[in-house]
Amino acid sequence: MALAFDEFGRPFIIIREQEQKARVRGIEAQKANIMAAKAVARILRTSLGPKGMDKMLQSPDGDVTISNDGATILEQMDVDNQIGKLMVELSRSQDYEIGDGTTGVVVTAGALLEQAELLLDRGIHPIRIAEGYEMASKIAVEHLSNIATKFEFSSTNIEPLVQTCMTTLSSKIVSRCKRKLAEIAVKAVLAVADLERRDVNLDLIKVEGKVGGKLEDTELIEGIIVDKDMSHPQMPKRIENAKIAILTCPFEPPKPKTKHKVDIDTVEKFESLREQERKYFDEMVQLCKDAGATLVICQWGFDDEANHLLMNRGLPAVRWVGGVELELIAIATGGRIVPRFQELTPDKLGNAGLVREKSFGTTKDRMLYIEQCSNSRAVTIFIRGGNKMIIEETKRSIHDALCVARNLIRNNAIVYGGGSAEISMSLVVDAAADKIPGVEQYAMRAFAEALDAVPMALAENSGLQPIDTLTAVKAQQVKEKNPHLGIDCNNVGTNDMKEQNVFETLIGKQQQILLATQVVKMILKIDDVITPSSY
Amino acid sequence: MAIGSENLFKEEATEEKGERARMASFIGAIAIADLVKTTLGPKGMDKILQSTGRGNSVTVTNDGATILKSLHIDNPAARVLVDISKVQDDEVGDGTTSVVVLAGELLREAEKLIAKNIHPMTIIDGYRMAAECARAALEKRARDNKADPVKFREDLLNIAMTTLSSKILAQDKLHFANLAVDAVLRLKGSGNLEAIQIIKKAGGSLKDSFLDEGFILDKKIGIGQPKRVENAKILVANTAMDTDKIKIYGARVRVDSMAKIGEIEAAEKSKMRQKVEKIIGHGINCFVNRQLIYNFPEELFADAGILAIEHADFDGIERLALVTGGEIASTFDNPESVRLGHCKLIEEIMIGEDKLIHFSGVDLGQACTIILRGASSHVLDEAERSLHDALCVLQQTVGDSRVVLGGGWPEVLMARHVDELARKTPGKKSLAIESYATALRAIPTIIADNSGLDSAELVAQLRAEHAKEDSTAGIDVILGAVGNVEKLGIFESFKVKQAVLLSATEAAEMILRVDDIIKCAPRQREDRM
Repeated sequence: MALAFDEFGRPFIIIREQEQKARVRGIEAQKANIMAAKAVARILRTSLGPKGMDKMLQSPDGDVTISNDGATILEQMDVDNQIGKLMVELSRSQDYEIGDGTTGVVVTAGALLEQAELLLDRGIHPIRIAEGYEMASKIAVEHLSNIATKFEFSSTNIEPLVQTCMTTLSSKIVSRCKRKLAEIAVKAVLAVADLERRDVNLDLIKVEGKVGGKLEDTELIEGIIVDKDMSHPQMPKRIENAKIAILTCPFEPPKPKTKHKVDIDTVEKFESLREQERKYFDEMVQLCKDAGATLVICQWGFDDEANHLLMNRGLPAVRWVGGVELELIAIATGGRIVPRFQELTPDKLGNAGLVREKSFGTTKDRMLYIEQCSNSRAVTIFIRGGNKMIIEETKRSIHDALCVARNLIRNNAIVYGGGSAEISMSLVVDAAADKIPGVEQYAMRAFAEALDAVPMALAENSGLQPIDTLTAVKAQQVKEKNPHLGIDCNNVGTNDMKEQNVFETLIGKQQQILLATQVVKMILKIDDVITPSSY
Repeated sequence: MAIGSENLFKEEATEEKGERARMASFIGAIAIADLVKTTLGPKGMDKILQSTGRGNSVTVTNDGATILKSLHIDNPAARVLVDISKVQDDEVGDGTTSVVVLAGELLREAEKLIAKNIHPMTIIDGYRMAAECARAALEKRARDNKADPVKFREDLLNIAMTTLSSKILAQDKLHFANLAVDAVLRLKGSGNLEAIQIIKKAGGSLKDSFLDEGFILDKKIGIGQPKRVENAKILVANTAMDTDKIKIYGARVRVDSMAKIGEIEAAEKSKMRQKVEKIIGHGINCFVNRQLIYNFPEELFADAGILAIEHADFDGIERLALVTGGEIASTFDNPESVRLGHCKLIEEIMIGEDKLIHFSGVDLGQACTIILRGASSHVLDEAERSLHDALCVLQQTVGDSRVVLGGGWPEVLMARHVDELARKTPGKKSLAIESYATALRAIPTIIADNSGLDSAELVAQLRAEHAKEDSTAGIDVILGAVGNVEKLGIFESFKVKQAVLLSATEAAEMILRVDDIIKCAPRQREDRM
């Protein structure tokens, strides 16, 4: 196929070594691509919603992850197919941008492709389908902002935020104590939020986990936790009103970067060098002491002698603290990170009301709590749980909840969840389709069909009759002109998501539709797949 | 469908979906539970573990966590169970077998429910409600004797005996329970198990094990130094006593004649001498160093009549610093500000064939040493693990002093309350709640089975007994009948039981929620074998 003939009729090769490459073209290629994308979507479909199931993933090294988070599942799945990789990317970009709805976006994309396949069978050109989808997505996104409601909250009234985070958490394994975790997430976000600028820097929230205890023991700490202990076992375990020196230089003799040798050839030199060395340590500790520090946190290690001197002068110290933690400590305590002892001055020290060491369980695990900081804008969420997998999954869930809370602070428009928004969009797109002349009409109808996939999957995962439930809700929405009706996943007894308090953020939903449409368009436009065959 | 999923993953990666995934994880988890099942209870059997590493070393153990830790498991669900037993070990130290067995039983029951077409989420809902109800029931019946020290000690002793009775130490459980309780009570609630040192010495019998109030260091005293020091002032140090290197980077010695080498050597010697003099200047008569002490300084110490101990490892000096109240020193310029450790008497003692250094009459009365004697190293290892379990449980109980009865009593009690809950609950959940009760009752059944008793009969009798309020009936494995466990003195820590209950439920829930298992292709490794 990739052969061409020159003017003398001799064949020449366009794609080199074509016999070693697998190649699929035209409608075949589109079909194969859609297949692959659908396979990915099918894996995630059952994870959707509050009754969604988890996936167990075993990594190449044999570690086990159990997760319900779409982005995590896809990330760990080690997909080999190119189109499969596109779907993974899709979920990842939703995760980066919004942080939630990573499963929904893949399921929507899968449904769109499924519908496109039917249209392709009818002989509609893929580009026309893509255009129709584009138009439909515009209408859908616009409609979303129409049905969106502003929702008010303030730093004193956090209840609405908590409710939204609870919706996010209810599909995860941590749903048992979703109320508590939602509150923690909201408080954490509010602590670091800049309400005037409507901005939240999630980097200021550190999520730390420790195996053991119950999920209910998870707590929000207004300060920083460092998984380290005092450098000397006999240093005090509790320091009140600590003045913290944050250092990035080791308590060791200096190591000049230029290459050098110090030659010792006489006894005097030997002696003086020894004296010098002793002085170094003395000076270092003295400089810290002079600056008024009562706690030293250092990124590097200590020499045994320096360690003892610190202890001897009553200056507790922590060594080998990671760079990220160091920055957070600096932010929280209002201190400056000091790279040289000489530059240590009293105003560069950080302040913390209480620094304490806490030990866990029967093993010698200890952690350092830095609390009551002068600037409480860095907080830590400390997760406890029965085992490592629970902790990891909780971390991911908390991350989702944090993102949702952040999105709400950025933009406080919401739409209702439980598939209600999708059903409403589907109705609008379907109605709009009739007014469009041309082949795009079919594509738009297909789009409306595809939107039904999310509520359908929700109903299916909740053990309801998918078609019955969906049609009933749809009819009700049309009759009552109420876009808040969705699938009653938890058997509460009402379809009205407003009453059930199930929200999602408007940007999250809009992003889902836009991203899914984009990826689908991209996949539809591919008509030739060339892969080097495996050797 | 086949086209799409065929090449979705890398080669050798596998995916299992829906029912098959669930089956695979159930079977894996239940297999693990069945593996450790026979070690449960006072008449549980031990397992021999042979490592594949060099020497094919053999471990004989009854401890669930140790068994599971040594297994190489491929099944992902089974790993979840291994994980919870490890956490149980870290967190409360005991109940490592129970937690796996309970989780296994919960899954076994869940499997039956799924066969009846009940959705896993419904089962999870039911399990959660049941777990909460069981916990509450147990909490209500827990008793707290903290206020009364005599009774509290009795509780502790009973708990220790219950824990030890399933282990190799069962023969001398009273002896060891006393040892453990004494050791933990010495900590005075500080809960720092590091202060309790366990030294294993082969030889003698388990009965010869004893608790020593004080501290024993498994080291030798330097030659020519006093073997016995009274009213010792101890300096605990972490410093180089070989050749004290200059730490300034890039320093090296370069000389042009032999004479100069001699001079530098002399300077080095004098440096060491000064250092030793400074150390002696602290007014001590015992010096313990973490690092080596070379012959030269050792000789100097011997001349000054100071007992010098070299190469005490990290744990050793930290504990020694802890018990003698001294600080670990690395510089010796300010003798007045260094806190020295004190003890009444240091002497060399003999245990079996070995000489050890014994510090008695230490400042801080918290520390103590337990010396284990036993016929072989396997016995000693297992004894240490058992004792460790007991110590952990006791430490936890000192922290949370609530205790409950043992011997199948808590399970049957919880099962009864859960059963009641099932009757009140409408909907399919009640089936799951009922199954939870059945799973709980499986524990006494296994204990009875392992003891060679008629489990069905016993558990049925036990249920009947528990229909009465405030029953204290449990299984008496010695008589092979239902007995009053309160009178038999079988107690367990509430905290351990609660942790077993919650972790097992959590693990079962996690496995139940899975409907898809994706195994990535194993990483290619070069064959080194």
